[in-house]
Amino acid sequence: MKKLFNYNEADSFVHNLCGVSKLIGFLAMTFTVMLTFDVRVIGVVMVLAVLTFRVSGIKLRDLKVVLYYISFFVTLNFIMTFIFDPGYGVRLYGTEHVLFAITERYTMTEEQLFYQLTKISKYAATIPFGLLFFLTTHPSEFAASMNRIGLHYKVAYTVSLTLRYLPDIYSEYQIISKAQQARGLEMSKKQKLGKRIKEYFKMIFPLIMSSLDRINNISDAMDLRGFAKHNKRTWYHTRKLSRDDIMVIIFTVTIFAGSVAVTIFINHGRFWNPFI
Amino acid sequence: MFKFNTRTLVATAIGAALFTVLFMYVKIPSPVANTEFHTAYAIGSFFAVVFGPISGFLIAFIGHALSDTFLWGSAWWSWVIASGVAGFLFGLAKKWIDSESGVFGLKEILIFNAVQAVSHLIAWVIVAPLLDILIYSEPVNLVFAQGFVAFISSAIATGVFGTLLLLAYSKTRTKEGSLE
Repeated sequence: MKKLFNYNEADSFVHNLCGVSKLIGFLAMTFTVMLTFDVRVIGVVMVLAVLTFRVSGIKLRDLKVVLYYISFFVTLNFIMTFIFDPGYGVRLYGTEHVLFAITERYTMTEEQLFYQLTKISKYAATIPFGLLFFLTTHPSEFAASMNRIGLHYKVAYTVSLTLRYLPDIYSEYQIISKAQQARGLEMSKKQKLGKRIKEYFKMIFPLIMSSLDRINNISDAMDLRGFAKHNKRTWYHTRKLSRDDIMVIIFTVTIFAGSVAVTIFINHGRFWNPFI
Repeated sequence: MFKFNTRTLVATAIGAALFTVLFMYVKIPSPVANTEFHTAYAIGSFFAVVFGPISGFLIAFIGHALSDTFLWGSAWWSWVIASGVAGFLFGLAKKWIDSESGVFGLKEILIFNAVQAVSHLIAWVIVAPLLDILIYSEPVNLVFAQGFVAFISSAIATGVFGTLLLLAYSKTRTKEGSLE
């Protein structure tokens, strides 16, 4: 858990950017990849992702756990897609080039392979930006930038509080879980299902009760300090946009606009069809 | 029911943190291979009934988006939105269930379970597959099969743990006129 979201202060181009410009950049790249099924556009985003990763100075071996999960998920999705609908690519692209046949239904075509590889490249292109955003943005600045792009400050503050209390809740979960196990709670597969449910409940309920106490403490403290008295608030972590920030915003929004243009004027749809 | 004061805000934030932790770590392996019962939705439904639909929506949405980001590096938006929809719909049960009154009898249990089952049905069999097709252009039969499995397992997990949680919580509240 600690390994998974570790914001460390560092001095790099990406770290020094404002939260807002990173958020806008992240959203622009996400929407670009979400919209298009054109590998050429996705390729551009992927190159950018690799470059940003290099510039940020974050090492790949810090992300071993995440990468392991991702490759498992991608492989599973690849297999499931083929099992459930091996003819999807043919219907999408309108042609059929058979590569090899396992049975009559399970025939691998160039179209199917192309569709599934496009899908994989879509995951591969967005994941680095999501990771980078969380690894290089201070949680409080994240909240401030959400408010700045138009979300109500109460929602932004909720997200910020969630990130603040996540590690606390996690350690409390571990403490309760270990304390209950020391009392002889058996939650593994060895236990019968009915009993196991009871054991799980004995762990979740104390966690909820202590969280409810925590809620009262925090909200009293906030009320006493006059939280939510006004309709607007300022943020300690707001910074002025620098020249780099404005460049990043313009650049990423241009790429998004470019992918919209490719979708409408060149591909006449979300798919690029190399088979015709 | 729809007000969002400081207490609901804090409850939402803590609820979302709990949702994230449970979503990532507390999954009960089921007898069927490769499916798990997510206890996170039970917590989501509990908070939604106590604090209302807006709180329910944000808890499930933020919690699911965060745990996806920590596990996979990027959120699977169609399912995150479906989670939010389920959270919002759970909260509508607050209209009929007064969790602070200390009364949680058979009638409330039935209402809660009807609401949560319908919410899960709408979220996983309608919203999630349609968004999967719209956003990710996944094959139709695959997304509906996945949605159906998610519906069954989440509805069971919420039914069992959500009911138990609300029942136990109502015991900690003082009933009206209990001093007589």
